Amino acid sequence: MIVVEDLHFAYPNGNQVLHGVDLNIQDGEFIAIMGENGAGKTTLVKTFNGLLKPNQGRVLIDNIDTKKTSVAALAREVGLVFQNPDHQLFCETVRDEVAYSLRNFGYPSDVIEKRVKGMLETLDLTPYVDSSPFMLSGGERKRVALASVLVWNPKHMVLDEPTIGQDYQQKDRLRNFIIQLNTQGKTVVMVTHDVEFVAECKPRVILLSQGKIIGDGTAEEILTDKDLSTRASLLQPQIALLFSAIEGLPRGIIDVYSARLVINNTLRGSK
Amino acid sequence: MDPRAKFMVIMVIFAISLLFTNILVLLVVFLAQLPLIWLAKSMRRWAASMKGGLILALLIFVMNYLTGSTLTHSLAMTVRFMALLSSFSIFFMTTSPDDLGLAMEQAHVPYTLCFTFTTAVRLVPTMAVDAQTVVDAQRSRGLELDKGNLLKRIRNYIPILIPLIVSAIRRSVELAEALESRGFNVTAKRQSLVVLRMKPSDYFAVLAALVSLSLAVWASLYAQLPQVELPLELPRIWQILGPCWSK
Repeated sequence: MIVVEDLHFAYPNGNQVLHGVDLNIQDGEFIAIMGENGAGKTTLVKTFNGLLKPNQGRVLIDNIDTKKTSVAALAREVGLVFQNPDHQLFCETVRDEVAYSLRNFGYPSDVIEKRVKGMLETLDLTPYVDSSPFMLSGGERKRVALASVLVWNPKHMVLDEPTIGQDYQQKDRLRNFIIQLNTQGKTVVMVTHDVEFVAECKPRVILLSQGKIIGDGTAEEILTDKDLSTRASLLQPQIALLFSAIEGLPRGIIDVYSARLVINNTLRGSK
Repeated sequence: MDPRAKFMVIMVIFAISLLFTNILVLLVVFLAQLPLIWLAKSMRRWAASMKGGLILALLIFVMNYLTGSTLTHSLAMTVRFMALLSSFSIFFMTTSPDDLGLAMEQAHVPYTLCFTFTTAVRLVPTMAVDAQTVVDAQRSRGLELDKGNLLKRIRNYIPILIPLIVSAIRRSVELAEALESRGFNVTAKRQSLVVLRMKPSDYFAVLAALVSLSLAVWASLYAQLPQVELPLELPRIWQILGPCWSK
């Protein structure tokens, strides 16, 4: 469980980013943290693995206070995948890259080999096992970065902007993969701007604005709330915009599948 | 003060420092810079950069002394290092990268070189932010920077250096492409909004520097300089290692 109590955080240059955040994330939940640029989303998730320590208040990961624990220890429980994979790729082969964290955590070599092989298979990276990570395409590098964090099987996964720069097919695969992770019992927290992606995943949505939480609820509730969306600089999903513009249609529809059902029923009913 | 004149003065101080091994002269060269720093109102920043050079200064002293020089000579070499460090410190503290770029341009250094230099300086804060992100990303994968013996700690910086270098190279290529698409260096002759002009005070400073340099060259070759030898002797490397060797 991730518990955030009255979290205040300011960067050393004086920039006060988080103004009292209270949050409870249960094990196995699927969360999207959204909000305008500068709202404090990335700052917030960096407190989950101890990279940033609270100035005031506290963050508890499975009842462990992050202020009293090292990043390396917290990283075992909270896997944080950064936005830009080029900020972490440095090994000569994809295999080494994925094995890096396992070596840091002190796993024995036979376990490392097995896990790396399994991870590469899961993410369709086996053809690239001996390639240089720098020679891969953008989407492939992102998968390598994801593999290199997932390989030590952290209980909680945090993804910072996982869909940036990805085409539709890759996003679709990613969506299925994230949902699969969640089904396997992992807590998945993603920081994202991608409203349509969130509308298709339907996680619990936490809306941050100017360092405070202004909304916390299901994706249907939050993404169809015009007020909240404006405050957090979010463009509502197209389906939600369409449905709110037509009288007589129910609220709370954000994806194509549900919309199709509603429209079909409405058309049948009006015959 | 015109950066070109400043540069000449600093170069003269540099040359004079290198001409002498006499500790008294070197001390004078070092202390003579203090009024300059005070005039530039940068005493605190200068002190900070001196503190940074302290480790290196200590290393120079130890290396000199343990390989056979006298105590006085080793001290002299250390003072020389501090004098050199100080002079360059003053130059960079009192000249903005923009002024430097302008000075280089108007000293007929090829524009591409000037631009490379100014851009490199400008990108330092950007790269510092990148470096922090890389450190964060690798720490999130279990990298512990503060653990292990010296060798391990040095090796721990490889996962940080490589992504940084790669991203620096990528950024340079992108910047070059962006510049070319905007017509960089298409016209051979550039006109500057700010034109540097040497004032009488600048010419005077350069003249004074050149005169000092001539005096220094003459003094180093012909003058009888007061010598000082400190009578102290600290144990040398063979005196320390000797007993260990014979065990």
